Amino acid sequence: MLPQHHTHRDEAPSLLEGMYQSYSVHLEKFDGPLDLLLHLIRKHELDICDIPIAEITRQYLEYIRLMKDLNLEVAGDFLVMAATLLQIKSRMLLPVDDPDEGEEDASDPRAALIQRLLEYQQYKEAGQVIGARALLGREVFVRGAIDPLVLEAKSEEGPIEVDLFELVDVFRALLNRIPAESFHEVAPGDSLSIADCINEILSLLQEREMVPFDELVNDDLTRERVIVTFLALLELCRLRLINIIQNGHQGPIWLIPAVSASHESSGTLSDE
Amino acid sequence: MNELHAIIESIVFAAESSVSLDRLCELLPEFDRGEIKCAVTDLSAVFAERDGGVHLVEVAGGWQFRTRPPYQQYVGRLVKVKAAKFSQSALETLAIIAYRQPITRAEVEHLRSVDSGAVLKSLLDKKLVKILGKKDIPGRPLIYGTSKEFLEVFGLKDLKSLPTLKEIQALDEAPQFERQEELPLGDGVPEEVEESLPFG
Repeated sequence: MLPQHHTHRDEAPSLLEGMYQSYSVHLEKFDGPLDLLLHLIRKHELDICDIPIAEITRQYLEYIRLMKDLNLEVAGDFLVMAATLLQIKSRMLLPVDDPDEGEEDASDPRAALIQRLLEYQQYKEAGQVIGARALLGREVFVRGAIDPLVLEAKSEEGPIEVDLFELVDVFRALLNRIPAESFHEVAPGDSLSIADCINEILSLLQEREMVPFDELVNDDLTRERVIVTFLALLELCRLRLINIIQNGHQGPIWLIPAVSASHESSGTLSDE
Repeated sequence: MNELHAIIESIVFAAESSVSLDRLCELLPEFDRGEIKCAVTDLSAVFAERDGGVHLVEVAGGWQFRTRPPYQQYVGRLVKVKAAKFSQSALETLAIIAYRQPITRAEVEHLRSVDSGAVLKSLLDKKLVKILGKKDIPGRPLIYGTSKEFLEVFGLKDLKSLPTLKEIQALDEAPQFERQEELPLGDGVPEEVEESLPFG
């Protein structure tokens, strides 16, 4: 896939030229500094567990210089790694004399970096294995199906975006429906958290394209439940994870995931 | 092929999405669970043997008819093919989340050593990844995990059916290397996520 450069270490200028030639090909490939490092290690057939740090640092910096020469913005992450490499290199130059000083892994300054590289490599490969699977909607298809509920809600009238105050009104109405609490009631210990509620709503939306608002609170109509649900909805709106729509005034209010347009034709709606 | 096979076939065919074994048992009180379980496995084998255009597969905990990959180009003429191949950074991020969930964005970024906000956002938009809750550490960062959609898109029965990292490592004989400690979990993490991690 990549143009091969069989370049010896001492031929730095030609290496640089080679990189120039294949530059546009290369750049696309690197998803980050670790990816670039892995590439350099593989290309020069280095042992990942015993990286010649001076050599790899030189290569890495050359690459960054190249990016700068071409007036490309060098992402900060690449610079952080450059600093890390230089730091490791300088630490390796220092004699190890004072065991009290420095961190515990002072034995080999490269250890942490090698560990990160190995770990990264593992996930990169795992990603490739996952990516090689036949994908639904691309290699594999299911029977086309459209959820009738979605159709109904997306009627010709078109949904109205609900604003915050309408949402508040609905909650006020809901709170009024709740019977007055008795005064001697002791608050339950395991109170419902907003995070739990967000999870519930998100998993409901995962299963269905749209969830009617009432359903969220119907099965457990307590003041606590309603308030927590309200806060969860506000949080979800703030994170732009859901949209709230209503069909006409007095119509039911629906919650839909913020991004669903690309999803309609997929046929992977998964309610049971 | 007995009557139960035919019944199950008709139900799975008519269903809009995958049908779990539990659901089948619920729909068919006349039969006991063992029978149904055997029958649906048999049926899947029948379709596999038939070597036709569809097969019956277990995906995301449910049974579903799916077209077989060799015929993608023909079905693609009928159905608009939606999914682009995933980019390497998307796959890598997805792998990290799949194997290490529940995980925060900072932890993903540490492993990748690169800003992952945009990738994470696009995975969330595609619903392959979902927010599981917030981690109980300062700043209460959101924690992420893979969704049911992830299993469906990648045709996985459950998270356990992902190849283990050891198996992937064995593929190209990468050096042995100890797995990091599990992350301490915050509150609000669904139990099932922990159970279904692909580490046996």
